[in-house]
Amino acid sequence: MSAQKVVVVGAGASGLSAAWWLARAGVAVTVLDKGIVGWEASGRNGGGCSHYQSPLFKEEQRLWPQMDELLGYPTEFSPERIVMAVTPRQLEQYHYIAEMNNRLGHRVDLLDASQVREAVPLAGDNCLGGIHYRFGGHANPHRTVQAYAWALQDLGGRIVQHSPVTGFQMAGGKVTAVESTSGTYECDAVVIAAGPQTGNLAAQLGIDLPLANARAEMIVTEPAPMMKLGGVDGNGLYGRQTLRGNLAYGGGPHEWVEFGDLGPEVKPSTPLTRNLARRLAELLPGAAHLGVIRSWAGVIEMTPDGRPVIDRRENVTVCTMSGVGFGLSPASGHAISDLVLEGKCSFTDIEKLGLSRFDGIEADWRTSKGWLAL
Amino acid sequence: MSERGHDPHAIDGKFPAPSQHYHTVVIGGGTSGTQAALKAATNGTRVLLVDENPVSGALIGTDVPFFFGGRATTAVQNRERMVETVFMNMPWLEPAFEAGIDVQLATTAWGVYRNGPLVGSLPGQVVGLADADRSWLVGFDKLVIATGARDLPLAFPGWNQPGVMGAKALAMLLERYDAFAGRQIAVVGSHDLGLETALLALSKGLEVLAIFEVRDAVQGNADLAAQVAAAGIPVRCGVTPVEAKGGLDGVEALVLSDGTALDCDSVVMAVGLVPMIELNDAANGPRRFDANRGGWLPETSENIAFAGSCAGLADTGFDHAAYRQDWMDALGGACGGDTIICQCEEMTLADLTGLQPPRYLDRPPALQQRSLKTLLQDGPPNQDQVKRLTRTGMGQCQGRRCRDQVAMILAAEAGKSLAEVPLSTHRAPVRPLSLKVIADWEESDEMRAGWDVWMGIPTQWVPYADIGTPYEEENRRRLGGAMAL
Ligand SMILES: Cc1cc2nc3c(=O)[nH]c(=O)nc-3n(C[C@H](O)[C@H](O)[C@H](O)COP(=O)(O)OP(=O)(O)OC[C@H]3O[C@@H](n4cnc5c(N)ncnc54)[C@H](O)[C@@H]3O)c2cc1C
Repeated sequence: MSAQKVVVVGAGASGLSAAWWLARAGVAVTVLDKGIVGWEASGRNGGGCSHYQSPLFKEEQRLWPQMDELLGYPTEFSPERIVMAVTPRQLEQYHYIAEMNNRLGHRVDLLDASQVREAVPLAGDNCLGGIHYRFGGHANPHRTVQAYAWALQDLGGRIVQHSPVTGFQMAGGKVTAVESTSGTYECDAVVIAAGPQTGNLAAQLGIDLPLANARAEMIVTEPAPMMKLGGVDGNGLYGRQTLRGNLAYGGGPHEWVEFGDLGPEVKPSTPLTRNLARRLAELLPGAAHLGVIRSWAGVIEMTPDGRPVIDRRENVTVCTMSGVGFGLSPASGHAISDLVLEGKCSFTDIEKLGLSRFDGIEADWRTSKGWLAL
Repeated sequence: MSERGHDPHAIDGKFPAPSQHYHTVVIGGGTSGTQAALKAATNGTRVLLVDENPVSGALIGTDVPFFFGGRATTAVQNRERMVETVFMNMPWLEPAFEAGIDVQLATTAWGVYRNGPLVGSLPGQVVGLADADRSWLVGFDKLVIATGARDLPLAFPGWNQPGVMGAKALAMLLERYDAFAGRQIAVVGSHDLGLETALLALSKGLEVLAIFEVRDAVQGNADLAAQVAAAGIPVRCGVTPVEAKGGLDGVEALVLSDGTALDCDSVVMAVGLVPMIELNDAANGPRRFDANRGGWLPETSENIAFAGSCAGLADTGFDHAAYRQDWMDALGGACGGDTIICQCEEMTLADLTGLQPPRYLDRPPALQQRSLKTLLQDGPPNQDQVKRLTRTGMGQCQGRRCRDQVAMILAAEAGKSLAEVPLSTHRAPVRPLSLKVIADWEESDEMRAGWDVWMGIPTQWVPYADIGTPYEEENRRRLGGAMAL
């Protein structure tokens, strides 16, 4: 093992988890962030952790039930999810998702309408049935990012907030130091997990990483009576009931956006709040009288195929999660740490998350897809 | 160059233009808002003037938008009668009707949206409105926000029971709603607001037992002070509340720092008012801090102006921030660790300074080592970060009851001035509106057709093992190309 000193750029869920895994392996880690830990997508998301499509799925599922104990701080992880339909088309789609997962060995049960209503008392007469993931679940994003940060500090890792990374020093094709507004940090290896900024930073090192950025929105209600299972999706929404009882939901059209090197200063929401509210009132009619108390927005970065990139070039490991990075973070951190230390992921094949799949991509790929700001 | 493609799941073209448009929309039908509306209504321009009063009994029950403290009578539950009462009590609206202004009472403005950084998809600038049954969007050329100022409550033992309320809430209940349930009041604070509150209460037939003042002299202007003295209302300087005691119906007595107690049914906090900047803030409008004008003030930006005390309290040279701090030091000194700071989330002062989560979570040893102090070693104070971790200010009153004092506590803990602690964000809807009311029940066909649960990128949800197999195509076919849940 060569890397004794690692600098991680970005204190989101991915960077913090990677740093935590590295610190557990005895590496001296410094995490630099332009703002506060978890202030970007990692603290603004739906908290879902059920990514059956990912090669990191098994590791995600293995780790979540242990995270509170491993980190020493609560994440509010709650297992399992129900996806419920209020239109025949939705039911058909959910049944296909169940079939697909069962084929892959991930248990998903079919529920009839009365079974859904029993598990989800806020559901209404319009419910047509649903499916029950016997895996996955949800956690509290705010608590989880702070838990990573604190756990990392407890292991001797260092987090420097309000310290945007501005450049890199190189020698012999390798990064030897990371430059930021708070100073220069020498390193044996660097991890770039800077969300939407990952592309620009990687470009400084000659690494091509095609990304487009989008704004996504969520709403939250005042507390509802606690349901047995808080992870309830459907009717075009993802979301969760918090352990306090609030219903936090998102979904629907995104907006492709453009901003400067340090990201947008503000993250406005739009009248999409009303469309989200409508779908939530349809999904959970028992909650229709509850007040919406907040809305918010976050920015996610997407690769052209919507799949993450976790890959290494020389002593630089890059990670961008294409909008599914919160739930996968326990596992993505593990994979990143493996790449930094061993050059390859120890627990699964992540070949198809590599950079090379975008080799030779057209320079104006965003134009042809229509992934442009308005 | 490729031709520009189209992403059917992006927001482009999914927001229809609002069905109503006014040249000027004025939010807040107090005297300042009405004047602004009248000024705009010359030359036959279309002007809309909305006022949220009367707000529903349910909102009053959660201290939105003022600190009503459970002292409204049941009259507020009768919506139709309340609309009549409030209307009768706003005689200054008469000229607005005569000028052809569209006046709508019981209509709440809950959001202002415009294109700008990170948003380019709106068909124009709109304000979100709602009544008891539905919500809608209204386009505008000019917006005047005249929403006034709201109460600034401060915690002390027993403040979280019916009968502890704010001066603005009292004025509303007495002057507009005719629906105040108390009889014998004590007033906290002797600056102009406190003196005016006492005189108003007296004029409405209430018994004003005393005004308490943390400093050693009356703070309000001499004219008001003379009226209060002439009315025989005692001002007790250097005496502050240490606990409100009560029973089932709330406050029965106020225990004081000089060891005495005063029987009363209502304690009216008149330490200060805060300009209601939330609409501007939710629209990311600019703001600045001015201690003499009540704290954070909204600043005029493109097409949005402010009128009345929403734009800032009258500058009389009085430092409101310093005055609040003196009160907070006194009332805070009476608080124990177990004093509730956030009423919605039932978080105590010790929870806040200890940076602890709500009681439904375990507090493992490592967590108990953490505190506001250790967090501040990692970076400058940020109220939203503290809110996310402790839930203080995260509840259904949308932080109205505690956000100002939490900011003061943070500033004190960090050794900074209030102006240096970033304001905790306001987000739409700036009033809690039920899902079914805020819902868009008439959304565009484009919105329905293009809705996807997450991005709508077909390749994103294909299981890893299926990539490059026939299952990939099946996935695309069966799910309509995406997680079109
Ligand atoms: C509304 C919404 C809902 C979502 N729902 C879910 C969900 O339910 N489940 C799920 O798994 N995912 C969800 N996501 C996606 C998920 O939040 C992200 O994929 C994940 O948080 C990405 O984490 P990250 O650490 O890779 O990036 P980020 O959270 O973006 O963190 C990157 C960090 O890098 C820092 N940074 C950037 N540039 C620099 C620089 N130059 N110098 C220093 N630091 C820098 C940033 O400040 C930031 O803290 C959602 C996202 C949104 C917006």
